[in-house]
Amino acid sequence: MPSDLREQVRRALEHPHLSAALTRFSEDYRTSRARAYEGVDFEALRERIAARKADAAQRLDELAARFAAAASARGAQVTRLHTPAEVRDYILGVARRHGARLVVKSKSMATEEIHLNATLEQAGIEVKETDLGEWIVQLARQRPSHMVLPAIHLTRDDVAELFSREVGERLQAEIPRLVQVAREQLREKFLRAEIGITGANIAVAETGSLVICTNEGNARLVATLPPVHIAVVGVEKLVERLEDIEPILAALPRSATAQRITSYVSILTGPAEAAGGGAQEMHIILYDRGRMEMARDPLFRQALQCIRCASCLNVCPVYRLVGGHVFGKVYTGAIGTVLTACIDGVAEARGLEQLCIECGACRDVCPAKIDLPELILEVRRRAAGTAARPLAARAAFSIVSNRRAFHALLRAASLAQKPLADGPFLRHLPMWLTEAGKNRRLPALASVPLRDRFPRLPQPRSERRVAFFAGCLIDFVYPEIGEAVVRILNRAGIEVVFAEKQTCCGAPAHFSGLPEAAAANARDNVEAFSGAGYEAVISACPTCTAALCTDAPRALRQQGEHDLAGRAEHLAAKTVDFSTFIRRLVEEGAMRMPAGASQPPLTYHDSCHLKRTLHAEQPPRQLLRGAGYELREMQESDVCCGMGGSYSLKIPEVSSAMLARKLRMIAATEAEGVALDCPGCLMQIRGGCAAADAPVRVHHTAEWLASLLEATD
Amino acid sequence: MPGSGCSLNYGVESATLVSDPMLEKFRQNAEAAGAETVTARSADAALAAIARVLKQEGVGEGGRTAVWADGPLRATFHPEILAQMLPGVLLDVTRESAAAAHAGITEFDWGAAATGTLLQDASAAAQRLASALPPVHVALLRADRIAEDIGAALRRFEPARAPFLALVTGPSRTADIERVLTIGVHGPRRLVIVLYEPETGHAL
Repeated sequence: MPSDLREQVRRALEHPHLSAALTRFSEDYRTSRARAYEGVDFEALRERIAARKADAAQRLDELAARFAAAASARGAQVTRLHTPAEVRDYILGVARRHGARLVVKSKSMATEEIHLNATLEQAGIEVKETDLGEWIVQLARQRPSHMVLPAIHLTRDDVAELFSREVGERLQAEIPRLVQVAREQLREKFLRAEIGITGANIAVAETGSLVICTNEGNARLVATLPPVHIAVVGVEKLVERLEDIEPILAALPRSATAQRITSYVSILTGPAEAAGGGAQEMHIILYDRGRMEMARDPLFRQALQCIRCASCLNVCPVYRLVGGHVFGKVYTGAIGTVLTACIDGVAEARGLEQLCIECGACRDVCPAKIDLPELILEVRRRAAGTAARPLAARAAFSIVSNRRAFHALLRAASLAQKPLADGPFLRHLPMWLTEAGKNRRLPALASVPLRDRFPRLPQPRSERRVAFFAGCLIDFVYPEIGEAVVRILNRAGIEVVFAEKQTCCGAPAHFSGLPEAAAANARDNVEAFSGAGYEAVISACPTCTAALCTDAPRALRQQGEHDLAGRAEHLAAKTVDFSTFIRRLVEEGAMRMPAGASQPPLTYHDSCHLKRTLHAEQPPRQLLRGAGYELREMQESDVCCGMGGSYSLKIPEVSSAMLARKLRMIAATEAEGVALDCPGCLMQIRGGCAAADAPVRVHHTAEWLASLLEATD
Repeated sequence: MPGSGCSLNYGVESATLVSDPMLEKFRQNAEAAGAETVTARSADAALAAIARVLKQEGVGEGGRTAVWADGPLRATFHPEILAQMLPGVLLDVTRESAAAAHAGITEFDWGAAATGTLLQDASAAAQRLASALPPVHVALLRADRIAEDIGAALRRFEPARAPFLALVTGPSRTADIERVLTIGVHGPRRLVIVLYEPETGHAL
């Protein structure tokens, strides 16, 4: 992570109200968005949007030409421009022809992208943003920190200060009064401006129509009052048919502001009558910088589906802490990282791509069904491929991807830490782990890893056999989780096999943007589990499960190893997470969980990969309840705890802030224990509880269940 | 009515006001979006409803004016009757008269029940000026012109014949300062929708 970005992160976290305001917003958003989508089949809706937009993205040239023909036939002057300079020059040309001295604008990300305002001002033309948030940001000489709520980082006091300076009068920080001031100040500009500039939310190829949504009503004034209207529209806004706007109009307001529809939707098809009589002069600039390259890229093409609702910002646990001035450039948050990389180049997105913790929350809510975490990983891969910086990371992964060397290193570390270990927690950490232990105590490596304990576990011989995939954390740090899994499976009459040659699942390399290293792990694991004789491969780590199920086959295929990829798919089909497998056994009647009299109340933390990749958030809850535990749901149980694998090492400040919040949510339930299904989350949350002296026991679901077996044994 | 563009068919029989579930749904959703709704059983009753709103708003007193953009209901009344019934209302809608007006009256073509949205072919500048500039907007809609949702309502228009289609749902709003919902930023702070039953065969 570049040091200046690191510094910005630190400053954002220290900001007196930024995180608080954004966090309140994201909390409210969660419920208000859900309410706005009540009665709507979101999956079907986003399927439609994704299909229409994906189709459009594949033939932007054709649709742009059809749009131009249709809009021209209606009297608009349509031009297709490629670079920011071309757009700026075109607009300056129109302004000069009309002797324009004042331009009013409604919100347009495309004009933000080309820094139009500065150009116009340098040419002696006054520019007024008219969207309230944009105007505030313009007065503050900043850039928007959020695509829908540009001034969300500013308070009413900030706004009162800015407006007071603008009107030369001391204004109180009363919001209705400030809004009234904006109305009065800008009304005069609307009426006086010679040119109005808008963006567009959608452009319809077959009719040449532009669709513009606002709540304030500024866009229709910008498009109506001045004699000249210029619309600057990114080509990605194109859809083919008029009916394609329906699903977008249904989703955009719901996802953006939790409204069923914005107050105003204007559909402009060629110039209408000008406010002063006669036909208005209408220019439409179809702007395609970076977009055509995206359209040719099989992966990044997806990002052209974006409808700019900003829901990926609203649910992002990192954005809510640091805001869009840190997490983004012109475009912010998850989609901002991808668009920055595509439009301004991967170098511009370096660092941003590391801010993403890969929790997957944005993928779940994206109304255009963009796989944002995957696209950000791709940005990371490309950044890693071009930068000198990740040499250290490459060196580290060259060890992780060499099973023998990696395991030898872990064993050595387990011995080396001996004088430093403080009970189950490390007081001081070896090597690269040092900076991670600030607000979280890190566990000691187990003195005997699971792989060495396994042969000594007393197991019944059985017809039914499963293999256990341990993963590094369970193997070397929390072997007791593995032992709990074995006890429970044994109870169901199942024998558990440990494949000696298994190694890291590949997730750390995958999430670090190093696909070759991930493929090397996948290769070792496919070989390790090539033996037959077991019905399933059980993992008690959702990240490992997801890595084996989805990432490993893909990584091998991408390396051109198709035979191995086929075998990896075979392994994937047999691999299942612990709780899902046990629930299946319970349903089959193969086992019954003994329910103790009264178990302590627990709260359940949803791990990102278990909930959003494996969609298995119910089985552990059902098992725990079935075993007699009272479950007290915490608020935002599925928001990432901040672990994110090596994320907690790379950006410990953000990780700690996420952890602190998770601990508050846990404490608020007054539960005596936390159950979770991921050893990574366990490391994070147990370490956080220990550092905070919180009297909460944190265990894997397998351990909570196994403890009942012991009670009845 | 495909092919007929925005020349809407005003000869359709109207449904009765109170019992129409589509109308009820429209009202509910329009009100949820912050609009007020009034029903009127006749064109005369609609006029009376407009008069009440304008009076509340002080139009006609102290030089306070309103503008009424051209529309089918307006056309049913003689300008002298309008001048008598609605003091302060101007029928000549220009940038200047609309910018100075306290209220604007416009007539919408369709409503969408699912969202309480009004739809209008606003290609004539007067329609946009009267509905966007004044702080109070009185929107007229025939009670039998309500479609299920925006998609269904949009299909009643043909964009090629309506260069400016306006969809309006509730008053102008912003949440740009500390996310506090504030009504009436650039557009109207008050939207009153008068849903009226047309008298078929009368005065048209």
